[in-house]
Amino acid sequence: MTSSSRPAAGGRSLADRLPDALFPKLSGPAIVGLFIAIFLGGFLIFPVLQVIYVAFQDPGSGALTLRNFGDFFATSLFRESFVNSFYVSAMSVVFATLIALPLAYITTRFNFGGAMIVQSLGFIPLIMPPFVGAVAMQLIFGRNGTVNLLLREHFGFTIPFMDGLNGVILVQSIHYFPFILINLSTSLRNIDRSMEEAAQNLGSHGMRLFRKIVFPLAMPGYIAGAVLVFIKVFDDLGTPLLLNVNNMLAPQAYLRITSVGISDPMGYVISVILVAFSVLSLWASFLVMRGKDYATVQKGGGGLARRDLKTREKVLAYGAVALILLLVLSPHIGLLLLSLGTVWSYAPLPDGYTLQNYVTMWENSQQYIANTLLYAGLAALGDVIIGTAIAYIVLRTGIWGRKGLDYLATAALAVPGVVLGIGYLRSFQGIDVPFVGEPLASWWVIIAIALMIRRLPYALRACMAALQQVSHALEEAAENLGASKTRTIRRIVIPLMMGGILAGFVTSFATAAVELSATIMLVSSDADSPLAYGIYLFMQTPSGRGAGAALGIVAVVIVGLGTLLSQIIVERDKKLKTQSGDH
Amino acid sequence: MTTEMVGIEIEDLHLAFGKTKVLTGVNLTIEPGEFFAFLGPSGSGKSTLLRSIAGFGPQPEGHIRIGGKDVVDLPPWKRNVGMVFQSYALWPHLSVRENVAFGLKERKMPSSEIGPRVAAALDLVGLKHLAERMPNQLSGGQQQRIALARTVVVEPKVLLLDEPLSNLDASLRVQMRRELLALQRKLGLTTIFVTHDQEEANTTSDRMAVLDGGVIQQIGTPQTLYDTPENLFVASFLGTANILEGKVERDGGDIRFVAGTGDKLLLSSEADGTGAIVLRPQNIAITDRPDGDTLSGRILHREFLGSQIRYIVQAAGTEMVVDQGHKAGEAGYLPETDVHLKVNTQSAVWIPQ
Repeated sequence: MTSSSRPAAGGRSLADRLPDALFPKLSGPAIVGLFIAIFLGGFLIFPVLQVIYVAFQDPGSGALTLRNFGDFFATSLFRESFVNSFYVSAMSVVFATLIALPLAYITTRFNFGGAMIVQSLGFIPLIMPPFVGAVAMQLIFGRNGTVNLLLREHFGFTIPFMDGLNGVILVQSIHYFPFILINLSTSLRNIDRSMEEAAQNLGSHGMRLFRKIVFPLAMPGYIAGAVLVFIKVFDDLGTPLLLNVNNMLAPQAYLRITSVGISDPMGYVISVILVAFSVLSLWASFLVMRGKDYATVQKGGGGLARRDLKTREKVLAYGAVALILLLVLSPHIGLLLLSLGTVWSYAPLPDGYTLQNYVTMWENSQQYIANTLLYAGLAALGDVIIGTAIAYIVLRTGIWGRKGLDYLATAALAVPGVVLGIGYLRSFQGIDVPFVGEPLASWWVIIAIALMIRRLPYALRACMAALQQVSHALEEAAENLGASKTRTIRRIVIPLMMGGILAGFVTSFATAAVELSATIMLVSSDADSPLAYGIYLFMQTPSGRGAGAALGIVAVVIVGLGTLLSQIIVERDKKLKTQSGDH
Repeated sequence: MTTEMVGIEIEDLHLAFGKTKVLTGVNLTIEPGEFFAFLGPSGSGKSTLLRSIAGFGPQPEGHIRIGGKDVVDLPPWKRNVGMVFQSYALWPHLSVRENVAFGLKERKMPSSEIGPRVAAALDLVGLKHLAERMPNQLSGGQQQRIALARTVVVEPKVLLLDEPLSNLDASLRVQMRRELLALQRKLGLTTIFVTHDQEEANTTSDRMAVLDGGVIQQIGTPQTLYDTPENLFVASFLGTANILEGKVERDGGDIRFVAGTGDKLLLSSEADGTGAIVLRPQNIAITDRPDGDTLSGRILHREFLGSQIRYIVQAAGTEMVVDQGHKAGEAGYLPETDVHLKVNTQSAVWIPQ
């Protein structure tokens, strides 16, 4: 990335003498941008287009046709899967709302001692991949799980928490409610107290005030969270697979491709439906929220007025929070018990406790753990490099198409992991990697690339935020003192962004480490398997569940430590910046 | 839209945020139909006092009576006092019409009545044609008027305005304050106006209270407060004041003020002991010739302000501000000139220590 405007010392270089039309002079950032665009085109856009194309192709003749979609809707299993996926997603939104709404309301409206607990509660579920907790949930809430055994013994009835689709809904809503909690809380905090006071002044109070003023104003945040939950659940493969619920769309796509074969069009049709629904939901939420930026906090004003709880309200509030906390932590508790238990079946608690599962796990999964560290490390590194480059190009240069680069990287949000996996299999099966002698689709590097693409949107946001906080004047000051663009980026911009970049790296790493949807399609041999796939394999047999749970605990610890680390980095960075601002 | 005019009585009101006292011993009577201003610097407690009347913030000790009824224990939604917020607080998810209709719906008014009432209120502020707009499509001045319409449509007993003009640009501010006053006179609504801008308070209010440190410093008409401030805070907060500290000497029938430097001024009103006198810049004249009752000084600095020239004069041990009217062609005095100051002692206010 050298400045092209400065003549090279010692006369015109070879590149300078070539005709401009042949080699249009591109600035450093433009070349980097071009490379990124080509990379994203090859590993995101092309595979997805390939999937869409195949879905509309006659498997025999290769002609374009709508017949595959006709076949899809003519098959009762697929119709049922479609309805089930929709039902599970919608119900997950409902239950996630039931969990998140009271928490958001209590913490933003009242002086609540447990606010810190509730805030961390927002992160606890996210540090465990939902499919990891699924088996543990089965043992606690299943037909013969702890809760139902106790209910049957004492009250003579059971509740089908985990039967079929119910199980998926329960696991997903417990896992994804933080999306609603975080967005809704932010929205509630962004409402200026005068909004509420004006309504009180005109005679409104209590539930009516909440329904007519407060909640509508928090609506954009709620919708943003609810749409995320809907899409995530709609696209998720791991949880239904582990709960053995196969009559949903994502598992059907996976099963068709893995059992019938890569040429079966149904997997592609389902993929198109998954992508279409993701895009449709995002678009619908965009339409609903257009022109509704309700953040109304005034300078110096601080969100809604908080009031003290009365004793009765306090009991209610703490009770509700404790209950929700217990529910949210149940997968973690269950997983821990499972990993430490000898035999746990038809009993409220394991029969005995042992560390044997950890020994078994360690003997069998070192390869999984090593693979995970390698894949997730590579993916996260790639994410922050690409993220930083895109952030710089978008925010600091006027390069043509820079916004497009941002959209391109963000588009990965709308691509379910299972679709990306199918796209890679289809697109890269025929491409052999030089010197490796393997098709690109089954080379281990492709797993790292898939993870990189999947996590890029999040890393990009972190990098964008980090660069936005670096004042342009700081760069201009460096340039004014004689530093070139390249040196300014290296010595001023990157160091100042470092906190944000590191946080982005850690988050990408931690979440990539437990991703299952895309990797499950791409793993070609046990030796190449990451940890998430290892857990999946363990959980397939009852005898392997203990060790699988132990490996799950390893995953939780990795993600938990990662989340904690990124929080510490962000906090330290914030402190550093405010300190330097004070002096 | 006329309601029965009610007065407001505030008796021995105290309020603290934790250990910080924000209002101390506030006693105040506002007459029915009066346009009353709370004036003070930021942090003086003026907004807190207004919010206490509306029922917002922590509950104060003492009494607030509106139309003779103590409201201090009532929640905001039972007080029926109309408040216009500094930020206007128009709800962005509701149209102008829905914003204005809100309070009427809360009062369970039949919709056949709500329609005409909303129309009349919008008509009152001249914005009937904007009924279907959303708040973010309105200019600052329009938002201000809608906020006003939303408040008066419910026919509150009193109208509270919290720095209503501070978010408008300067030219609009002058126009809006006239409109506010005209509207208040038309509705005959007892009104309290909070501001930190003395010009706003002076031009609109019948009477005002100057606050500082949570304590009412003085209550009176704008002119009274300017001409006869009771303490140095009021003197220096309202307009520019020259304050000379010293003591009073009696010499037969003459009452003389003696500054710390020994400079003397003959006072025309009763005074005693030690304290300070307040001299307004326009009540001091610059002259070349000394007489028995002038202060000698030296011009440090001059600012040409158009209709007048403001001089900073070193005299009586301080830097005094002296304004002299300007007429075309007059050169005035130059800096570094030795001059004498003739004080109009009738306007001098003695503030005992």
